[in-house]
Amino acid sequence: MSANALSQHYAEQVRQIQDGLPPELPEWLAGRRRGAAQRFAAAGFPDPRQEEWKYTNVRPIATKPFATAEAVVAVSPETIAGLAFEGLDAYRMVFVDGRFRPELSDLEGLPEGVVVRSLSDMLGGEADRLEPLLGTLSHDRFSSFAAANMAFMSDGAVIMLGKGVRVERPLHLLLVGSAGSPAAWHHPRVLVQAAEESEVTIVEHYADLDGASGFTNTVTELRAEAGAQVRHYLVQDHADSAYHIGSVFVQQRRDSRVTSHNVNLGGRLVRHDLNIDLTEPGAEIELNGLFLVGGRQHVDTHTRVHHSSPNTTSREQYRGIGQGHGRGVFKGRVLVERGAQKTDAQQHSANLLLSPNAEIDTKPELEIYADDVKCAHGATVGQLDETSLYYLRSRGIGTEAARGMLVFAFADEVLERMELAPVRTSIERRLAARLPQAGVMEVFT
Amino acid sequence: MLKINDLHARVENGTPILKGIDLEVKPGEVHAIMGPNGSGKSTLCQVLGGRDGYEVTSGTAEYLGEDLFALEPEERARAGLLLGFQYPVEIPGVKNIYLLKEAYNAQRKHRGEPEADTFQFLKLVREKLQMMQMDESFLHRAVNAGFSGGEKKRNEILQMLVLEPKLALLDETDSGLDIDALKIVSDGVNKLRSADRAIVLVTHYQRLLSYIEPDFVHVLSDGRIIKSGDKTLAEELERSGYLGIIEEAA
Repeated sequence: MSANALSQHYAEQVRQIQDGLPPELPEWLAGRRRGAAQRFAAAGFPDPRQEEWKYTNVRPIATKPFATAEAVVAVSPETIAGLAFEGLDAYRMVFVDGRFRPELSDLEGLPEGVVVRSLSDMLGGEADRLEPLLGTLSHDRFSSFAAANMAFMSDGAVIMLGKGVRVERPLHLLLVGSAGSPAAWHHPRVLVQAAEESEVTIVEHYADLDGASGFTNTVTELRAEAGAQVRHYLVQDHADSAYHIGSVFVQQRRDSRVTSHNVNLGGRLVRHDLNIDLTEPGAEIELNGLFLVGGRQHVDTHTRVHHSSPNTTSREQYRGIGQGHGRGVFKGRVLVERGAQKTDAQQHSANLLLSPNAEIDTKPELEIYADDVKCAHGATVGQLDETSLYYLRSRGIGTEAARGMLVFAFADEVLERMELAPVRTSIERRLAARLPQAGVMEVFT
Repeated sequence: MLKINDLHARVENGTPILKGIDLEVKPGEVHAIMGPNGSGKSTLCQVLGGRDGYEVTSGTAEYLGEDLFALEPEERARAGLLLGFQYPVEIPGVKNIYLLKEAYNAQRKHRGEPEADTFQFLKLVREKLQMMQMDESFLHRAVNAGFSGGEKKRNEILQMLVLEPKLALLDETDSGLDIDALKIVSDGVNKLRSADRAIVLVTHYQRLLSYIEPDFVHVLSDGRIIKSGDKTLAEELERSGYLGIIEEAA
C-alpha cells in the first residue's frame, strides 16, 4: 500500500461515486466516472517515491478531509468585478466552488458557430455531444488527481468552435473558491474543441474569496484541429492557504498553433501538469511560464511535449522566482519520436533565488529518437546579476529599487509575450505587490 | 571638486594596481588621463565609481569636500559624480526610459526636489536624444540590450546629458567607436562642458582628444601619474608613444 493511500474519508467518497451516481447519467459517462473512481482508489494520492512526484509531497492534501461543496455561496457582482482583470473586455463564465453561476456570467453576443456552456448544462440535454470529448484526451498515467477529477467531476466549461470561426473577444473563465467551512475540494473540467481554422483566446483564471483554503483539482482538455489557433492563459492566483492541482491535455493537428501562458502567483501547494501532443506536421506550441514562490509556498510545474509527427515545433520558456522559504519546481520533458524528423524544440528555464531559504529545482529532460532534429535546452538557477546592479546604482538608483527593477524585468520578459494587455498589467501589479521592493515598483506598473 | 591624494588600490586581495595617484580636478576643467593597457586606468575609474571587489589600501579622495570612499555608488551618483562605463551593461527587461526616470528622480529626491512630471521629463529627454542623434524608440528598448558598440556609448552620454553630472568620469568612451560615432559622442561630451562642471576622460588613444580638447593631460603608467602637462603632451605621446614618455620619466 502506498504511503498516500486514501484515508477513510476519501475512500468513503469513492464509494459514494461507485454506488450513488444519479441514474439519469448517460451510461458512457457513468462508466468513465466509476472507472476513474476505481483507479483513483487503487492508486491513492501520488507519492514522492514516484518519479513524477519526486519533488512534491501532497500529504497536506491527502491528510485533510476536504468535503464536497454543497452550499451555494452568495457572491456579489462587485466581488467578481474586483477579482476580474481590470479593463479586460471579455465574455465571462464565473464558477464559484466549482459550480457555474450564470447570474454572475456574461456570454452575451457570442458569434454564430460557437458553443460556450457549462458542463452541467450540456450534460443535462446534450450529453452525447460530449462523449467523444470528455475524458478522451485526459488520462491519469502521471497523476491520479486527473482520475479524481473525472470521478468527482462537478461542473466546468465547454467551448466548441465551428470550422473557421474566430472569436474576437477573449473568453474569461473565472473560477473562484469561497471560504466555505468545512474546506471543500472542487473538480472543474474545461473542454475546448477548436475546429479547423478556428481561433480563440481563453483565460482560465483561478482566484479566491478572502480566507479560502479549499482545494481545486482541475482538468483541461484542449483539441486544436488543423489550422486552429488557440491562446490559452492559465492564471493561478489563489489565496495563500489554498491548494491547486491542474492537469492540462493538449492535442494539436496539422498547422495548428497553441500558445500557453501559465502564471502562478498564489496557492499554498500547487502542481500543474501540461501534456502536449503534436500529432501532425506543422503543429506548433509556445509555452510561457512564470511562477513566484514566497512564504512557505510550493509550486511545481511539469510540462511534457510529445513530438509525434515530423515538422513540429515547440518553444518553451519558464521562469521562476523564489523568495522567503518558497519552493519551486520545473520539469520539462521533450519527447521526439523516431518518425518526427525536422522537429524544432527549444526549452529554456531560468530561475532567480532571492533568499537563502528559497529552493528551486529545474530539470530538463530530452528524449530524442529521430536524427534530423533541432533541439536545444538550457536551465539556470542564480541570483541577481551584480554587474547590472552596480550599473543601476552608478546612475543614482538605490540598491533596493535597483533590485526591484531587475527582478521585475526578469519576470516581465515572460509576461511581455502576452497579447492581452489588461491581463498582463494586472499580473504585473500583483507581482510587484508581492516583491519586497513593492513600493518602488509602482512606476513600472 | 575632486582631490585624490596618494591613492593606493588593488583588486580585492590581489596585487597592487594603483601605487600613489595624486590628482586635483577643479570646476570647468577637462582632464585626460592616458596610459597603456594595464597602467591602472580602469581600476582608477572603478575605485572612484565605488565598484565592489576593489580595495583602497591607502590614500584619500575628496569630492566636493566629502570623503568619496565613504559614499555608496548611488550616493556618489546623486552627488553628481557619474561614471561612463567602458563596457556599458546590458540589462534585458529594463527599459531605457525607466532607468532614466528612476535615476533622474533619485537625484531630485536627493536635492529635496519633487519628482519630475512625466510630460516635462519626456520633453527634456527628447531634446537630449536629438543631441545624440538617437531615435525615440531607444527609450523603449531594454538598456543596452542588443545595442551596437556605438549605440551603447551614445547611450552613456545620453544619460550624462539627462542627469547633468558635476563631474563626469568617462572610461574609454572612445573605444570601439567608428569615426561617425566618435564625432557624435564627442559632440555630446562637449555639450556637457561648462564653467561649473568638470570632465575626466580616461583613454588609451589620442584621437578622442582631437574632438574634445583637454585642459590637462596626465600619463598613467604602472599605477602612477608619471607626467602631466597641457594638450601638447597628448601630441607628444602621439609622436613618441608611451614607451618614450615612460623611459623619459624613469
